[in-house]
Amino acid sequence: MAEAVLQVENLSASYRKNTVLFDVNFVVQAGSLVGIVGPNGAGKSTLLKTILNLHPSLTGSVKFFGLPFNKVQKRIGYVPQRGSVDWDFPTNALDVVTMGLYGQIGWLKRPSRLHKQKAFEALEKLGMADYADRQISQLSGGQQQRVFLARALVQNADLYFMDEPLAGVDAATERAIMTLLKELKALGKTVMVVHHDLQTVEDYFDHVLLLNRTVIQYGKTKQIFTRENISRTYGGDLRWLREESLHVHNPIK
Amino acid sequence: MFTILLNSNTQWVLFSTMIFGIAAGTMGCLAYWKRQSLMSDALAHAALPGVVIAFLLLGEKNLFVMIIGASISALIGASFIQWIRSSTRISADTAMGMVLSIFFGLGIMLLTVVNRTSGGNQSGLDSFIFGQAASMVRSDVTTMLILALAVILIVFIAFKEWKIYLFDPEFAKGLGLSLKWMNGLYTTILVTTIVIGIQAVGVILIAALLIIPSVSARYWTQSFQRMIIISALFGGAAGALGTFISALGRGWPTGPFIVIVASALFFLSLFFGKEKGILVKYLQLKMQKRLVNIHTSKALRTKGVE
Repeated sequence: MAEAVLQVENLSASYRKNTVLFDVNFVVQAGSLVGIVGPNGAGKSTLLKTILNLHPSLTGSVKFFGLPFNKVQKRIGYVPQRGSVDWDFPTNALDVVTMGLYGQIGWLKRPSRLHKQKAFEALEKLGMADYADRQISQLSGGQQQRVFLARALVQNADLYFMDEPLAGVDAATERAIMTLLKELKALGKTVMVVHHDLQTVEDYFDHVLLLNRTVIQYGKTKQIFTRENISRTYGGDLRWLREESLHVHNPIK
Repeated sequence: MFTILLNSNTQWVLFSTMIFGIAAGTMGCLAYWKRQSLMSDALAHAALPGVVIAFLLLGEKNLFVMIIGASISALIGASFIQWIRSSTRISADTAMGMVLSIFFGLGIMLLTVVNRTSGGNQSGLDSFIFGQAASMVRSDVTTMLILALAVILIVFIAFKEWKIYLFDPEFAKGLGLSLKWMNGLYTTILVTTIVIGIQAVGVILIAALLIIPSVSARYWTQSFQRMIIISALFGGAAGALGTFISALGRGWPTGPFIVIVASALFFLSLFFGKEKGILVKYLQLKMQKRLVNIHTSKALRTKGVE
C-alpha cells in the first residue's frame, strides 16, 4: 500500500454563523489524482483553505506525510482560484512564475538568471513561452491559469492543491493542464483538484472526493462515482445530462 | 528669490522634506496595492490627539516624543478600524470614516484646550494641522531623516517579499512567509511614514503625499519596481519643490504647496503618461482607426478588380 500523504481527521470549519464543514475524514495515498466534487457552497474551496491553514479550523487535525503543516510547507504547492488576485498588478508572466521559486531563493535574496531560466522552462512546458514578457493584465483567462500552474510547477512540490484550475478556460488550456496533471501523477506526486464539471470526472481523476459539507464518499473513481452517490451529494437535484445527450446522439449513428 | 536657498537651515529642511517625499512615495505604492489608500488618511487624522497629548504631558515641543504620541494614537485608530470591521456589521470604509473624524475632532478639541492655556498659543501646535516645515529645527530634521531612510531601506531590502505579499498573500503564506509579520511590518512603516511627515505636511494633507505619487507613477510603467522608483521621485520632487515655494512667503503653510506640486505631476502623468495616459490612448485609437480604414479600402479595391 502506498504512503499516506494526507490524513484529515474530524476537520470542521465555519464562516461566522454557518458551519461549512463538519466531521471531514479521509486519507489520500501518494500518487493519487483526486477530484473534489460537490455542489456550490459544499465547502470545496474552504476545505482546501482549511487544510492549508489559510482558514481557521474549528476541530480536527491534518497531517502531511505524517507531519504537521509547518514542518512540510515546502513540499506543498497551492494554486488558488484565478480570481483571488488582482491581475492589474504591474508585472509580467515570467515574474509571477518566478514567485514560485521565492522559497528556494531564500528570503531577502534576489532571483538569479538561473531562477529566471527555470521559470521560463515552466512557462514553456505550458505552451506560454511566447508570453513570458507579457503584462499579466493582458493575458486571457486561460493564459492566466497556465501562469498559475507554471508557478506551482517550479515549486517542485510533492503534494498539490488546486482550486478550480479548469474553470472558465478554453479547450486547449484544459488539455494542456490535464496533460500536466497526469505528468505530475506519473512522477509520483499527489494532486488534489477542486472540479465542477461532472462529465469529465471519470476521464480526469483516478480518485474522487464527493463533498457536501462533509465527505459523502471518497475512493477510486470507478467504484465511488456512481449515480447513487452523486445523487446523494447533490441532493437529487441533478439532471442526467450524459444520458440525455446519449439519446440525442444515438439516431445519427 | 533664490537667496533663501543659501540659508543652511532652509537647505536642511528642503533636504529632509525631499527624503520624506521619497519615503512617502515608496510607501504609497505599497498602500496602493494593498488597496489601503484611504487607510493612510484615517491614520494621519488619528495621529493628531497623540501629538497634542504628548505636548500636554511634556509641556514643550519635542518632535521625537510627539512622533511616539502620534504613533500610539494612530495605532489605536488602526486597531479600532480593525475591530469594527471584524466584529460588527459596519464595513471597512465606514469604519475608517468614523475613526478619521472622531479622532480628528478629539485632536482639535484638545488643541483648543492647549491654546487656551498660558503660553500654549505659542506652542506652534497649529502647524501640525497644515504643516509648517520652516518651524523644524535641526534635531527635528535629523529625526525625520533617519526614520524616512529606515522606511525606504525596509521597502528596498525586502522588495521581493513586498511584491508577493501584495500580489498574492495566500500563496506567499504557502511559501512560508508569515503574513502576521508582514502585516505588522506594513502597519509599522505606514504609521512611521505618516507621523514623521506630520510636522512638515500636516495631518490633513499628508495622505495626499502617500496617494498621489503612486497613482501618478501608475501611468508611466508596467513594472512594480519602476512604479516604486517613479513614485519615490515624484514624492521627492513634490516635497522639495512644495517646501521651496512655501518658504518664499512668510508663514505660508507647507502641506498645501506640496500637495499642489504633487497634483501638477499627477495631471502631467494623466495626460502624457505612456501607460494609458489620455493622450497616448487617443493617439492609439486614432492609429487603429486608420489601420482599419486602410484594410477595408484595400479589401474593397481587390473586390473591384474581380
